[in-house]
Amino acid sequence: MSSAIKLTGFVKRFGSLTAVDGLDLDVPFGQCVGLLGPNGAGKSTTMKALTAQVIGDEGELEVLGYRLPEDSKQARASMGVVPQLDNLDVSLTVEQNLLVFAHLYRVPAAERKAAIERALGIANLAHRRKDKVDKLSGGMRRRLLIVRALLHEPRLVLLDEPTVGLDPQVRQELWALIDRLRSEGVSILMSTHYIEEAERLCDTVTIMSHGKAVAVGSPRALIHEHAGPEAIEVYGSPTRLAELEGVARTRGWSTRRTGTSVSVLHANGDIDLDGERRITNLEDVFVLLTGEEIS
Amino acid sequence: MAAARAQPRLGRLERAALQGVMVRELVNYSSFWRSSTFSSTVDPTIYLLAFGFGFGSLVSRVAGYDYIDFVGTGIVATTVLFSGAFPAMYGTFVKYEFQHTYDAILAAPVDTEELVTAEALWIGARTGVYGCVPMLVAMVFGLDPSWGMLLVPLIAALAGFGWACFGIFIAARAKGIESFSYWQSGLLTPMFLVAGTFFPLNQLPQWAQVLGNVNPLFHCVEIVRHAVFGFEGWEDIGHLAFLIAFALVAWRLAIRFMERKLIV
Repeated sequence: MSSAIKLTGFVKRFGSLTAVDGLDLDVPFGQCVGLLGPNGAGKSTTMKALTAQVIGDEGELEVLGYRLPEDSKQARASMGVVPQLDNLDVSLTVEQNLLVFAHLYRVPAAERKAAIERALGIANLAHRRKDKVDKLSGGMRRRLLIVRALLHEPRLVLLDEPTVGLDPQVRQELWALIDRLRSEGVSILMSTHYIEEAERLCDTVTIMSHGKAVAVGSPRALIHEHAGPEAIEVYGSPTRLAELEGVARTRGWSTRRTGTSVSVLHANGDIDLDGERRITNLEDVFVLLTGEEIS
Repeated sequence: MAAARAQPRLGRLERAALQGVMVRELVNYSSFWRSSTFSSTVDPTIYLLAFGFGFGSLVSRVAGYDYIDFVGTGIVATTVLFSGAFPAMYGTFVKYEFQHTYDAILAAPVDTEELVTAEALWIGARTGVYGCVPMLVAMVFGLDPSWGMLLVPLIAALAGFGWACFGIFIAARAKGIESFSYWQSGLLTPMFLVAGTFFPLNQLPQWAQVLGNVNPLFHCVEIVRHAVFGFEGWEDIGHLAFLIAFALVAWRLAIRFMERKLIV
Protein backbone atom coordinates (compact mmCIF):
# COMPACT_ATOMS: atom_id res chain seq x y z
CA MET A 1 0.00 0.00 0.00
CA SER A 2 1.49 3.29 -1.06
CA SER A 3 -1.37 5.68 -0.41
CA ALA A 4 -2.72 7.15 2.79
CA ILE A 5 -6.05 7.72 1.07
CA LYS A 6 -7.42 6.11 -2.04
CA LEU A 7 -10.89 6.78 -3.44
CA THR A 8 -12.08 5.07 -6.59
CA GLY A 9 -15.31 6.04 -8.30
CA PHE A 10 -16.80 7.44 -5.13
CA VAL A 11 -20.45 8.50 -5.49
CA LYS A 12 -22.70 10.08 -2.89
CA ARG A 13 -26.28 11.12 -3.56
CA PHE A 14 -28.65 13.05 -1.31
CA GLY A 15 -32.05 12.37 -2.81
CA SER A 16 -31.96 13.72 -6.34
CA LEU A 17 -28.76 15.70 -5.73
CA THR A 18 -25.49 13.97 -6.58
CA ALA A 19 -23.00 15.61 -4.22
CA VAL A 20 -20.00 13.51 -5.29
CA ASP A 21 -20.13 11.99 -8.74
CA GLY A 22 -17.49 9.34 -9.32
CA LEU A 23 -14.49 10.90 -7.60
CA ASP A 24 -11.02 9.35 -7.81
CA LEU A 25 -8.57 10.68 -5.27
CA ASP A 26 -5.11 9.61 -4.21
CA VAL A 27 -3.10 10.91 -1.27
CA PRO A 28 0.36 9.30 -1.34
CA PHE A 29 2.14 8.89 2.01
CA GLY A 30 3.97 11.99 3.17
CA GLN A 31 2.29 14.32 0.72
CA CYS A 32 -0.04 17.23 1.14
CA VAL A 33 -2.94 17.03 -1.26
CA GLY A 34 -5.39 19.85 -1.76
CA LEU A 35 -9.05 19.44 -2.61
CA LEU A 36 -9.85 22.68 -4.33
CA GLY A 37 -13.28 23.71 -5.47
CA PRO A 38 -16.03 26.27 -5.16
CA ASN A 39 -18.70 25.95 -2.47
CA GLY A 40 -20.97 23.01 -3.23
CA ALA A 41 -18.37 21.12 -5.28
CA GLY A 42 -18.55 18.14 -2.90
CA LYS A 43 -15.42 18.77 -0.85
CA SER A 44 -17.02 18.55 2.59
CA THR A 45 -19.05 15.47 1.66
CA THR A 46 -15.82 13.81 0.55
CA MET A 47 -14.08 14.76 3.80
CA LYS A 48 -16.96 13.35 5.86
CA ALA A 49 -16.87 10.11 3.91
CA LEU A 50 -13.27 9.64 5.05
CA THR A 51 -14.44 9.41 8.67
CA ALA A 52 -17.50 7.31 7.71
CA GLN A 53 -19.89 10.05 8.79
CA VAL A 54 -21.06 9.98 5.19
CA ILE A 55 -21.66 6.55 3.67
CA GLY A 56 -21.19 6.47 -0.10
CA ASP A 57 -23.56 4.93 -2.62
CA GLU A 58 -20.87 3.61 -4.95
CA GLY A 59 -17.11 3.31 -5.12
CA GLU A 60 -14.19 2.09 -3.04
CA LEU A 61 -12.65 3.96 -0.13
CA GLU A 62 -9.40 3.06 1.54
CA VAL A 63 -7.80 5.05 4.36
CA LEU A 64 -4.41 3.97 5.78
CA GLY A 65 -5.00 0.56 4.24
CA TYR A 66 -8.39 0.07 5.90
CA ARG A 67 -11.55 -0.33 3.87
CA LEU A 68 -14.32 2.10 4.67
CA PRO A 69 -16.90 2.22 6.06
CA GLU A 70 -16.49 -1.18 7.77
CA ASP A 71 -13.00 -0.64 9.23
CA SER A 72 -13.32 3.09 9.68
CA LYS A 73 -12.71 3.00 13.41
CA GLN A 74 -9.20 1.60 12.93
CA ALA A 75 -8.44 4.26 10.37
CA ARG A 76 -9.76 6.98 12.66
CA ALA A 77 -7.47 5.78 15.44
CA SER A 78 -4.45 6.80 13.32
CA MET A 79 -5.76 9.97 11.79
CA GLY A 80 -6.55 13.45 13.02
CA VAL A 81 -9.50 15.47 11.79
CA VAL A 82 -9.76 19.25 11.86
CA PRO A 83 -13.38 20.18 11.11
CA GLN A 84 -14.53 23.23 9.27
CA LEU A 85 -16.93 24.19 12.07
CA ASP A 86 -15.31 24.93 15.39
CA ASN A 87 -16.60 22.27 17.78
CA LEU A 88 -14.42 22.95 20.80
CA ASP A 89 -16.06 22.76 24.22
CA VAL A 90 -16.27 26.49 24.88
CA SER A 91 -17.01 26.24 28.58
CA LEU A 92 -13.87 24.19 29.18
CA THR A 93 -10.31 25.44 29.40
CA VAL A 94 -7.72 24.97 26.66
CA GLU A 95 -6.07 22.22 28.68
CA GLN A 96 -9.37 20.44 29.43
CA ASN A 97 -10.25 20.37 25.75
CA LEU A 98 -6.96 18.66 25.02
CA LEU A 99 -7.36 16.27 27.95
CA VAL A 100 -10.75 15.11 26.68
CA PHE A 101 -9.37 14.40 23.23
CA ALA A 102 -6.27 12.69 24.60
CA HIS A 103 -8.78 10.21 26.04
CA LEU A 104 -10.93 10.02 22.91
CA TYR A 105 -7.85 9.43 20.76
CA ARG A 106 -6.66 6.77 23.24
CA VAL A 107 -3.31 8.30 24.14
CA PRO A 108 -1.93 5.92 26.81
CA ALA A 109 -2.24 7.30 30.35
CA ALA A 110 1.51 7.58 30.84
CA GLU A 111 1.91 9.71 27.71
CA ARG A 112 -1.14 11.93 28.10
CA LYS A 113 0.54 14.77 29.96
CA ALA A 114 3.44 14.96 27.50
CA ALA A 115 1.05 14.87 24.53
CA ILE A 116 -0.92 17.79 25.94
CA GLU A 117 2.27 19.78 26.61
CA ARG A 118 3.49 19.12 23.08
CA ALA A 119 0.17 20.28 21.63
CA LEU A 120 0.19 23.43 23.76
CA GLY A 121 3.70 24.12 22.50
CA ILE A 122 2.85 23.67 18.83
CA ALA A 123 -0.23 25.87 19.17
CA ASN A 124 1.73 28.43 21.18
CA LEU A 125 -1.01 28.36 23.80
CA ALA A 126 0.93 27.22 26.87
CA HIS A 127 0.38 30.58 28.55
CA ARG A 128 -3.39 30.34 27.97
CA ARG A 129 -3.82 26.76 29.17
CA LYS A 130 -6.12 27.71 32.07
CA ASP A 131 -8.29 30.04 30.01
CA LYS A 132 -11.72 29.02 28.84
CA VAL A 133 -12.02 28.62 25.10
CA ASP A 134 -14.61 31.38 24.75
CA LYS A 135 -11.94 33.84 25.94
CA LEU A 136 -9.64 33.02 23.01
CA SER A 137 -9.34 34.87 19.71
CA GLY A 138 -10.46 33.26 16.46
CA GLY A 139 -6.90 32.41 15.46
CA MET A 140 -6.10 30.84 18.82
CA ARG A 141 -9.24 28.72 18.68
CA ARG A 142 -8.30 27.47 15.23
CA ARG A 143 -4.78 26.61 16.41
CA LEU A 144 -6.29 24.70 19.32
CA LEU A 145 -8.64 22.91 16.94
CA ILE A 146 -5.67 21.82 14.83
CA VAL A 147 -3.43 20.59 17.66
CA ARG A 148 -6.39 18.80 19.23
CA ALA A 149 -6.24 16.53 16.19
CA LEU A 150 -2.48 15.92 16.64
CA LEU A 151 -2.49 14.60 20.22
CA HIS A 152 -2.08 10.97 19.15
CA GLU A 153 0.59 11.79 16.53
CA PRO A 154 -1.55 10.72 13.59
CA ARG A 155 0.01 9.61 10.32
CA LEU A 156 -2.75 11.30 8.37
CA VAL A 157 -4.45 14.63 9.00
CA LEU A 158 -7.65 15.86 7.36
CA LEU A 159 -8.07 19.61 7.29
CA ASP A 160 -11.48 20.87 6.17
CA GLU A 161 -11.15 24.53 5.16
CA PRO A 162 -8.55 25.17 7.87
CA THR A 163 -8.34 28.95 7.49
CA VAL A 164 -11.85 29.89 6.41
CA GLY A 165 -13.04 33.15 7.91
CA LEU A 166 -9.69 34.21 9.39
CA ASP A 167 -7.65 37.37 8.94
CA PRO A 168 -4.82 37.18 6.39
CA GLN A 169 -2.17 37.44 9.07
CA VAL A 170 -3.72 34.66 11.17
CA ARG A 171 -4.00 32.58 8.02
CA GLN A 172 -0.26 32.83 7.47
CA GLU A 173 0.41 31.65 11.02
CA LEU A 174 -1.69 28.58 10.34
CA TRP A 175 0.09 27.93 7.06
CA ALA A 176 3.36 27.83 8.98
CA LEU A 177 1.82 25.28 11.32
CA ILE A 178 0.53 23.10 8.47
CA ASP A 179 3.86 23.37 6.65
CA ARG A 180 5.58 22.12 9.80
CA LEU A 181 3.35 19.04 9.84
CA ARG A 182 4.14 18.39 6.21
CA SER A 183 7.86 18.65 6.83
CA GLU A 184 7.48 16.05 9.60
CA GLY A 185 6.17 13.59 7.04
CA VAL A 186 2.50 13.61 8.02
CA SER A 187 0.17 12.90 5.10
CA ILE A 188 -2.36 15.68 4.68
CA LEU A 189 -5.60 16.07 2.80
CA MET A 190 -6.81 19.63 2.89
CA SER A 191 -9.99 21.02 1.40
CA THR A 192 -9.97 24.70 0.63
CA HIS A 193 -11.41 27.30 -1.64
CA TYR A 194 -8.46 29.64 -1.09
CA ILE A 195 -6.28 29.29 -4.14
CA GLU A 196 -3.21 30.74 -2.50
CA GLU A 197 -3.45 28.24 0.32
CA ALA A 198 -3.41 25.32 -2.09
CA GLU A 199 -0.63 26.84 -4.19
CA ARG A 200 1.62 27.33 -1.17
CA LEU A 201 1.03 24.16 0.79
CA CYS A 202 0.03 21.37 -1.57
CA ASP A 203 2.22 18.93 -3.49
CA THR A 204 -0.72 18.05 -5.67
CA VAL A 205 -4.13 19.53 -6.11
CA THR A 206 -7.40 17.97 -7.21
CA ILE A 207 -9.75 20.57 -8.59
CA MET A 208 -13.37 19.60 -8.00
CA SER A 209 -16.44 20.90 -9.72
CA HIS A 210 -19.98 19.53 -9.38
CA GLY A 211 -18.77 16.47 -7.52
CA LYS A 212 -16.12 15.47 -10.06
CA ALA A 213 -12.36 15.89 -10.29
CA VAL A 214 -11.77 18.13 -13.29
CA ALA A 215 -7.97 18.31 -12.99
CA VAL A 216 -5.24 16.64 -10.94
CA GLY A 217 -1.59 17.58 -10.67
CA SER A 218 0.97 19.75 -8.97
CA PRO A 219 0.01 23.43 -8.93
CA ARG A 220 2.92 24.18 -11.28
CA ALA A 221 1.98 21.48 -13.77
CA LEU A 222 -1.67 22.48 -13.75
CA ILE A 223 -0.78 26.10 -14.43
CA HIS A 224 1.55 25.10 -17.22
CA GLU A 225 -0.98 22.80 -18.82
CA HIS A 226 -4.12 24.87 -18.55
CA ALA A 227 -3.01 28.50 -18.39
CA GLY A 228 0.42 28.61 -19.99
CA PRO A 229 3.32 30.56 -18.51
CA GLU A 230 1.97 34.06 -19.01
CA ALA A 231 -1.31 35.90 -19.28
CA ILE A 232 -2.09 39.26 -20.75
CA GLU A 233 -4.48 41.30 -18.74
CA VAL A 234 -6.38 43.77 -20.87
CA TYR A 235 -8.31 46.69 -19.41
CA GLY A 236 -10.98 48.64 -21.24
CA SER A 237 -14.65 49.47 -21.60
CA PRO A 238 -17.13 46.60 -21.30
CA THR A 239 -17.75 46.67 -25.07
CA ARG A 240 -14.04 46.51 -25.79
CA LEU A 241 -13.66 43.59 -23.41
CA ALA A 242 -16.59 41.72 -24.97
CA GLU A 243 -15.04 42.29 -28.39
CA LEU A 244 -11.72 40.94 -27.21
CA GLU A 245 -13.40 37.82 -25.80
CA GLY A 246 -14.99 37.24 -29.21
CA VAL A 247 -11.66 37.54 -31.00
CA ALA A 248 -10.01 35.24 -28.48
CA ARG A 249 -12.69 32.60 -29.00
CA THR A 250 -12.20 32.55 -32.77
CA ARG A 251 -8.43 32.21 -32.34
CA GLY A 252 -8.77 29.49 -29.74
CA TRP A 253 -7.32 31.41 -26.78
CA SER A 254 -8.68 30.89 -23.30
CA THR A 255 -9.85 33.97 -21.46
CA ARG A 256 -11.26 34.78 -18.07
CA ARG A 257 -12.76 37.87 -16.58
CA THR A 258 -10.61 39.31 -13.82
CA GLY A 259 -12.79 41.99 -12.30
CA THR A 260 -12.55 45.00 -14.59
CA SER A 261 -10.24 43.29 -17.05
CA VAL A 262 -10.02 40.24 -19.29
CA SER A 263 -7.05 37.90 -18.94
CA VAL A 264 -5.94 36.13 -22.09
CA LEU A 265 -4.22 32.91 -21.09
CA HIS A 266 -1.63 30.89 -22.96
CA ALA A 267 -0.17 34.23 -24.07
CA ASN A 268 3.28 32.90 -24.83
CA GLY A 269 4.86 35.99 -26.31
CA ASP A 270 3.30 35.50 -29.74
CA ILE A 271 0.11 37.36 -28.99
CA ASP A 272 0.22 41.05 -29.70
CA LEU A 273 -2.26 42.75 -27.43
CA ASP A 274 -2.23 45.97 -25.49
CA GLY A 275 -2.19 44.85 -21.92
CA GLU A 276 -0.14 43.92 -18.93
CA ARG A 277 1.80 40.71 -19.06
CA ARG A 278 1.71 38.75 -15.83
CA ILE A 279 2.66 35.31 -14.56
CA THR A 280 -0.26 32.87 -14.62
CA ASN A 281 -1.44 31.35 -11.36
CA LEU A 282 -3.60 28.56 -10.02
CA GLU A 283 -6.55 30.89 -9.86
CA ASP A 284 -6.51 31.14 -13.66
CA VAL A 285 -6.68 27.36 -13.87
CA PHE A 286 -9.41 27.18 -11.27
CA VAL A 287 -11.67 29.70 -12.97
CA LEU A 288 -11.00 28.24 -16.39
CA LEU A 289 -11.91 24.73 -15.26
CA THR A 290 -14.76 25.33 -12.86
CA GLY A 291 -16.20 28.37 -14.60
CA GLU A 292 -16.66 29.92 -11.20
CA GLU A 293 -15.20 32.96 -9.57
CA ILE A 294 -13.73 32.64 -6.13
CA SER A 295 -15.92 33.91 -3.35
CA MET B 1 1.58 -1.05 6.96
CA ALA B 2 1.41 -4.82 7.17
CA ALA B 3 1.86 -4.51 10.92
CA ALA B 4 -1.04 -2.14 11.26
CA ARG B 5 -3.24 -4.40 9.19
CA ALA B 6 -2.44 -7.29 11.50
CA GLN B 7 -3.96 -5.45 14.45
CA PRO B 8 -7.12 -7.09 15.69
CA ARG B 9 -10.19 -5.43 14.30
CA LEU B 10 -11.57 -2.99 16.85
CA GLY B 11 -14.74 -4.38 18.35
CA ARG B 12 -18.02 -2.88 19.41
CA LEU B 13 -18.57 -1.15 22.75
CA GLU B 14 -14.89 -0.82 23.56
CA ARG B 15 -13.90 0.34 26.99
CA ALA B 16 -11.48 2.96 25.64
CA ALA B 17 -14.20 4.59 23.57
CA LEU B 18 -16.82 4.53 26.36
CA GLN B 19 -14.27 5.95 28.75
CA GLY B 20 -13.30 8.74 26.35
CA VAL B 21 -16.91 9.90 25.99
CA MET B 22 -17.52 9.68 29.74
CA VAL B 23 -14.36 11.67 30.50
CA ARG B 24 -15.74 14.40 28.29
CA GLU B 25 -19.01 14.37 30.23
CA LEU B 26 -17.20 14.30 33.55
CA VAL B 27 -14.93 17.24 32.70
CA ASN B 28 -17.92 19.22 31.44
CA TYR B 29 -19.89 18.28 34.54
CA SER B 30 -17.16 19.77 36.68
CA SER B 31 -18.15 23.15 35.28
CA PHE B 32 -21.94 22.86 35.65
CA TRP B 33 -22.53 20.41 38.51
CA ARG B 34 -23.90 23.13 40.76
CA SER B 35 -26.86 24.06 38.58
CA SER B 36 -27.51 20.45 37.62
CA THR B 37 -27.44 19.25 41.22
CA PHE B 38 -29.58 22.19 42.29
CA SER B 39 -32.43 21.38 39.92
CA SER B 40 -32.20 17.64 40.45
CA THR B 41 -32.42 17.93 44.23
CA VAL B 42 -34.49 21.04 44.88
CA ASP B 43 -37.31 20.03 42.50
CA PRO B 44 -38.17 16.75 44.20
CA THR B 45 -37.73 18.29 47.62
CA ILE B 46 -40.35 20.91 46.79
CA TYR B 47 -42.74 18.23 45.50
CA LEU B 48 -42.14 16.24 48.63
CA LEU B 49 -42.82 19.16 50.94
CA ALA B 50 -45.81 20.42 48.97
CA PHE B 51 -47.52 17.05 48.70
CA GLY B 52 -46.30 15.74 52.03
CA PHE B 53 -47.62 18.68 53.99
CA GLY B 54 -50.39 19.77 51.63
CA PHE B 55 -52.02 16.38 50.99
CA GLY B 56 -50.56 14.91 54.12
CA SER B 57 -52.81 17.17 56.19
CA LEU B 58 -55.88 15.71 54.41
CA VAL B 59 -54.92 12.05 54.32
CA SER B 60 -52.78 10.42 56.93
CA ARG B 61 -52.45 6.91 55.45
CA VAL B 62 -52.44 5.71 51.86
CA ALA B 63 -52.27 2.10 50.70
CA GLY B 64 -51.16 1.07 54.15
CA TYR B 65 -48.33 3.61 54.41
CA ASP B 66 -47.97 6.95 56.18
CA TYR B 67 -48.49 9.51 53.45
CA ILE B 68 -45.06 11.08 53.88
CA ASP B 69 -43.50 7.62 53.53
CA PHE B 70 -45.65 6.90 50.48
CA VAL B 71 -44.72 10.14 48.74
CA GLY B 72 -41.09 10.17 49.88
CA THR B 73 -40.42 6.83 48.21
CA GLY B 74 -42.59 7.63 45.18
CA ILE B 75 -40.72 10.82 44.38
CA VAL B 76 -37.50 8.86 43.96
CA ALA B 77 -38.94 7.69 40.65
CA THR B 78 -39.99 11.19 39.65
CA THR B 79 -36.44 12.36 40.23
CA VAL B 80 -35.19 9.51 38.10
CA LEU B 81 -37.43 10.70 35.26
CA PHE B 82 -36.43 14.35 35.66
CA SER B 83 -32.70 13.80 35.94
CA GLY B 84 -32.63 10.96 33.41
CA ALA B 85 -34.83 11.95 30.47
CA PHE B 86 -34.53 15.75 30.46
CA PRO B 87 -30.73 16.18 30.48
CA ALA B 88 -30.57 13.48 27.80
CA MET B 89 -33.14 15.24 25.60
CA TYR B 90 -31.75 18.75 25.88
CA GLY B 91 -28.09 17.74 26.18
CA THR B 92 -28.22 15.59 23.06
CA PHE B 93 -30.03 18.23 21.07
CA VAL B 94 -27.64 21.02 22.06
CA LYS B 95 -24.55 18.92 21.43
CA TYR B 96 -25.87 17.88 18.03
CA GLU B 97 -27.40 21.11 16.81
CA PHE B 98 -25.38 23.91 18.37
CA GLN B 99 -22.05 22.60 19.59
CA HIS B 100 -21.37 20.03 16.85
CA THR B 101 -19.81 17.90 19.56
CA TYR B 102 -20.80 14.63 17.93
CA ASP B 103 -18.96 15.55 14.74
CA ALA B 104 -15.79 15.85 16.78
CA ILE B 105 -16.35 12.65 18.74
CA LEU B 106 -17.24 10.52 15.71
CA ALA B 107 -14.09 11.71 13.94
CA ALA B 108 -12.16 10.02 16.79
CA PRO B 109 -12.23 6.22 17.09
CA VAL B 110 -15.71 6.16 18.63
CA ASP B 111 -18.88 4.75 17.02
CA THR B 112 -22.43 6.00 17.49
CA GLU B 113 -23.27 2.91 19.56
CA GLU B 114 -20.43 3.72 21.96
CA LEU B 115 -21.30 7.40 22.03
CA VAL B 116 -24.95 6.79 22.96
CA THR B 117 -24.13 4.05 25.47
CA ALA B 118 -21.49 6.10 27.26
CA GLU B 119 -23.69 9.17 27.53
CA ALA B 120 -26.62 7.14 28.87
CA LEU B 121 -24.38 5.28 31.34
CA TRP B 122 -23.07 8.58 32.64
CA ILE B 123 -26.55 10.06 33.08
CA GLY B 124 -27.70 6.78 34.65
CA ALA B 125 -24.88 6.90 37.20
CA ARG B 126 -25.68 10.50 38.05
CA THR B 127 -29.36 9.63 38.40
CA GLY B 128 -28.47 6.85 40.82
CA VAL B 129 -27.12 9.51 43.17
CA TYR B 130 -29.78 12.15 42.59
CA GLY B 131 -32.54 9.57 43.05
CA CYS B 132 -31.58 9.11 46.70
CA VAL B 133 -32.06 12.78 47.59
CA PRO B 134 -35.86 12.73 48.13
CA MET B 135 -35.49 9.58 50.22
CA LEU B 136 -32.92 11.31 52.41
CA VAL B 137 -35.17 14.36 52.75
CA ALA B 138 -38.09 12.08 53.68
CA MET B 139 -35.91 10.54 56.38
CA VAL B 140 -35.56 13.97 57.94
CA PHE B 141 -39.37 14.03 58.11
CA GLY B 142 -39.71 10.65 59.69
CA LEU B 143 -39.07 7.92 57.10
CA ASP B 144 -37.38 5.08 58.99
CA PRO B 145 -34.07 3.80 57.62
CA SER B 146 -33.93 0.23 56.29
CA TRP B 147 -31.30 -2.01 54.68
CA GLY B 148 -33.23 -2.17 51.45
CA MET B 149 -32.57 1.53 50.94
CA LEU B 150 -29.03 0.62 49.93
CA LEU B 151 -30.47 -0.86 46.74
CA VAL B 152 -32.25 2.36 45.78
CA PRO B 153 -29.21 3.96 44.04
CA LEU B 154 -28.86 0.85 41.88
CA ILE B 155 -32.54 0.80 40.94
CA ALA B 156 -32.43 4.54 40.22
CA ALA B 157 -29.32 4.10 38.06
CA LEU B 158 -30.95 1.30 36.03
CA ALA B 159 -34.15 3.27 35.49
CA GLY B 160 -32.09 6.42 34.86
CA PHE B 161 -30.15 4.64 32.11
CA GLY B 162 -33.46 3.66 30.49
CA TRP B 163 -34.86 7.17 30.71
CA ALA B 164 -31.60 8.67 29.42
CA CYS B 165 -31.78 6.37 26.39
CA PHE B 166 -35.41 7.33 25.90
CA GLY B 167 -34.43 11.02 26.08
CA ILE B 168 -31.68 10.51 23.50
CA PHE B 169 -34.21 8.72 21.30
CA ILE B 170 -36.59 11.70 21.55
CA ALA B 171 -33.77 14.11 20.70
CA ALA B 172 -32.71 11.97 17.74
CA ARG B 173 -36.25 12.12 16.36
CA ALA B 174 -36.72 15.83 17.00
CA LYS B 175 -36.48 18.18 14.05
CA GLY B 176 -36.48 21.19 16.35
CA ILE B 177 -36.33 21.76 20.07
CA GLU B 178 -39.99 22.88 20.03
CA SER B 179 -41.13 19.34 19.25
CA PHE B 180 -40.01 18.36 22.75
CA SER B 181 -43.27 19.93 23.98
CA TYR B 182 -45.31 17.11 22.40
CA TRP B 183 -43.27 14.44 24.16
CA GLN B 184 -43.25 16.33 27.42
CA SER B 185 -46.95 17.20 27.62
CA GLY B 186 -48.24 14.22 25.68
CA LEU B 187 -46.21 11.46 27.25
CA LEU B 188 -43.87 12.35 30.08
CA THR B 189 -46.27 14.44 32.20
CA PRO B 190 -49.10 11.84 32.13
CA MET B 191 -46.55 9.14 32.94
CA PHE B 192 -45.27 11.19 35.82
CA LEU B 193 -48.78 11.54 37.26
CA VAL B 194 -50.09 8.03 36.61
CA ALA B 195 -47.25 6.15 38.24
CA GLY B 196 -48.47 5.68 41.79
CA THR B 197 -46.20 8.44 43.03
CA PHE B 198 -48.71 10.77 44.66
CA PHE B 199 -51.75 8.47 44.80
CA PRO B 200 -52.13 4.73 44.38
CA LEU B 201 -53.13 3.40 40.95
CA ASN B 202 -55.69 0.91 42.29
CA GLN B 203 -58.22 3.66 42.93
CA LEU B 204 -58.15 4.77 39.32
CA PRO B 205 -60.52 3.53 36.57
CA GLN B 206 -59.59 0.21 34.98
CA TRP B 207 -58.18 1.73 31.77
CA ALA B 208 -55.87 4.05 33.72
CA GLN B 209 -54.62 1.08 35.74
CA VAL B 210 -53.82 -0.78 32.54
CA LEU B 211 -51.93 2.20 31.18
CA GLY B 212 -50.14 2.58 34.49
CA ASN B 213 -48.88 -0.97 34.21
CA VAL B 214 -47.03 -0.26 30.98
CA ASN B 215 -45.49 2.86 32.49
CA PRO B 216 -41.85 2.16 33.44
CA LEU B 217 -42.12 4.84 36.09
CA PHE B 218 -44.84 2.85 37.88
CA HIS B 219 -42.56 -0.19 38.09
CA CYS B 220 -39.77 2.02 39.36
CA VAL B 221 -42.03 3.48 42.05
CA GLU B 222 -43.20 0.03 43.17
CA ILE B 223 -39.78 -1.53 43.37
CA VAL B 224 -38.30 1.44 45.24
CA ARG B 225 -41.17 1.36 47.74
CA HIS B 226 -40.75 -2.36 48.27
CA ALA B 227 -37.00 -1.99 48.63
CA VAL B 228 -37.58 0.44 51.48
CA PHE B 229 -40.54 -1.32 53.17
CA GLY B 230 -39.97 -4.95 52.23
CA PHE B 231 -39.82 -6.89 48.95
CA GLU B 232 -42.82 -8.79 47.61
CA GLY B 233 -40.99 -11.66 45.90
CA TRP B 234 -42.13 -12.48 42.38
CA GLU B 235 -43.98 -9.23 42.00
CA ASP B 236 -40.73 -7.30 42.37
CA ILE B 237 -38.89 -9.60 40.00
CA GLY B 238 -41.61 -8.67 37.52
CA HIS B 239 -41.04 -4.97 38.14
CA LEU B 240 -37.29 -5.41 37.75
CA ALA B 241 -37.72 -7.38 34.53
CA PHE B 242 -39.92 -4.62 33.15
CA LEU B 243 -37.32 -1.97 33.96
CA ILE B 244 -34.56 -4.02 32.35
CA ALA B 245 -36.66 -4.60 29.24
CA PHE B 246 -37.51 -0.89 29.04
CA ALA B 247 -33.81 0.04 29.33
CA LEU B 248 -32.82 -2.45 26.62
CA VAL B 249 -35.49 -1.34 24.16
CA ALA B 250 -34.82 2.37 24.76
CA TRP B 251 -31.07 1.75 24.39
CA ARG B 252 -31.41 0.10 20.98
CA LEU B 253 -33.92 2.71 19.80
CA ALA B 254 -31.59 5.54 20.85
CA ILE B 255 -28.69 3.99 18.94
CA ARG B 256 -30.78 3.26 15.85
CA PHE B 257 -32.15 6.78 15.57
CA MET B 258 -28.92 8.54 16.47
CA GLU B 259 -27.18 6.57 13.71
CA ARG B 260 -29.80 7.78 11.29
CA LYS B 261 -29.20 11.34 12.38
CA LEU B 262 -25.41 11.31 12.57
CA ILE B 263 -24.41 9.06 9.68
CA VAL B 264 -25.81 10.13 6.31
